[in-house]
Amino acid sequence: MTTPEADKVNVGRRVFLGVGALGALGIAFGNGVQNVLGTVFGTGVGGLLPGGDRFRIYSITGQYPVISPKKYRLEVTGLVDNPTTFTLSDLQALPVTSFSKTFQCVTGWKVPNVQWEGVLLSEILKKVGVQPGAVALTFESYDGADSESLTIEQAHLPDVLVAWKMLGAPVTVEHGGPVRLYVAQMFGYKSLKWLSAIRVVNSVQPGYWELNGYPVNGWLDGSVGPTNPNPELT
Amino acid sequence: MTTAPSRTHEIVRILRFDRVQIVTHWVNAAMFAVLLVTAIPLYFGSLFGIVLHRHVVQLVHLWTGLAWPLPILISLAGPWGARMRSELRRFSRWTREEIIWLKMLGRVPLRADKFNPGQKLNAVFVASTMLVLLVSGAMLQWFRYFSVSMRVGATFVHDTFALAVFVVVVGHIAMALTHRELLRSMFTGWVSETWAKIHAPAWFEEDSR
Repeated sequence: MTTPEADKVNVGRRVFLGVGALGALGIAFGNGVQNVLGTVFGTGVGGLLPGGDRFRIYSITGQYPVISPKKYRLEVTGLVDNPTTFTLSDLQALPVTSFSKTFQCVTGWKVPNVQWEGVLLSEILKKVGVQPGAVALTFESYDGADSESLTIEQAHLPDVLVAWKMLGAPVTVEHGGPVRLYVAQMFGYKSLKWLSAIRVVNSVQPGYWELNGYPVNGWLDGSVGPTNPNPELT
Repeated sequence: MTTAPSRTHEIVRILRFDRVQIVTHWVNAAMFAVLLVTAIPLYFGSLFGIVLHRHVVQLVHLWTGLAWPLPILISLAGPWGARMRSELRRFSRWTREEIIWLKMLGRVPLRADKFNPGQKLNAVFVASTMLVLLVSGAMLQWFRYFSVSMRVGATFVHDTFALAVFVVVVGHIAMALTHRELLRSMFTGWVSETWAKIHAPAWFEEDSR
């Protein structure tokens, strides 16, 4: 009564190949699908679903430096006319900029339409006065481990922000609050969290992630030159 | 390879799984558990707040994931894998009756094989999802070789398929807990001849020939 082999159908093989093909399609077109789903689900509960918008939280040291907004200080030194230590309210007294832009991690996840508010880095540089011979900035973090760099030209881009608000609220400690950097045209690792100091220097010093193999210039299109050939991606 | 009914105890029993299959199943299950436990803080980062040493969690997840297919491949490969290979044929080639049974969601009678079509579909789905997770996961680790758009796609696929296989495995465990004789056979290897006659007559007939 057993069915002869010839009468059987390769259902298992078809399902196996079908699921594999679905995976391949998802890799090829998941970016577009996520743009649609992200709009549908938003960042709330839907953000927990695959394809929803969800930040993955990284910390180099395995802990978050907790700094109260009152005790927060940003030190700006180096090749500047007036080395200055800003409090949070000092920063907030500068011209405020806000915009909505994507946070894109180099490893592939992204969160579109994140609301950012802060002061343009160029405003801070204007305030302290950059001296001739300055080539780059080095950023330091309260975590004591992370560091980043931008050239003077990159620092003057109109979407490089020293931010104290993110997602419509003060930047939380896990997102790098009270104050973090946001470099819109580059991958997320350039947007240093828990910003503690900016040093104006005469050469580009590769930061933590650069020393771990990431490009010094982390433009969103993957190019690695000092200027962004494709700035419309943000 | 067939096993003659054994009459050592009063109850006549037949071998459903050999030792290779049992060990493979539980090693595979343990690796899945490690992948699941390490995935939770990686996936829900902002909910769980701080996960100490995310990097370590990530490494455990990566290497367990890369090694995940090995137990099954090894169990299939050697001279010890005859039973595993015969299950592979069962999962792959279906009778017309099995296709109809699945389409009707089990509402038609079926002279069932060792595994019913639902179980076969589960096995094939999990196997293919393992492959998809392996490929998309490797892309996330070695992202430099892929365009940013493909990295986003790989993240999307890895998250979606992981959620799907999680749901399927929860169903698998629920079925195991409500079918105790079968659960026991995943430890001992044996089922009663009565069970086989009622629930897997096609297999019983083939096995006792």
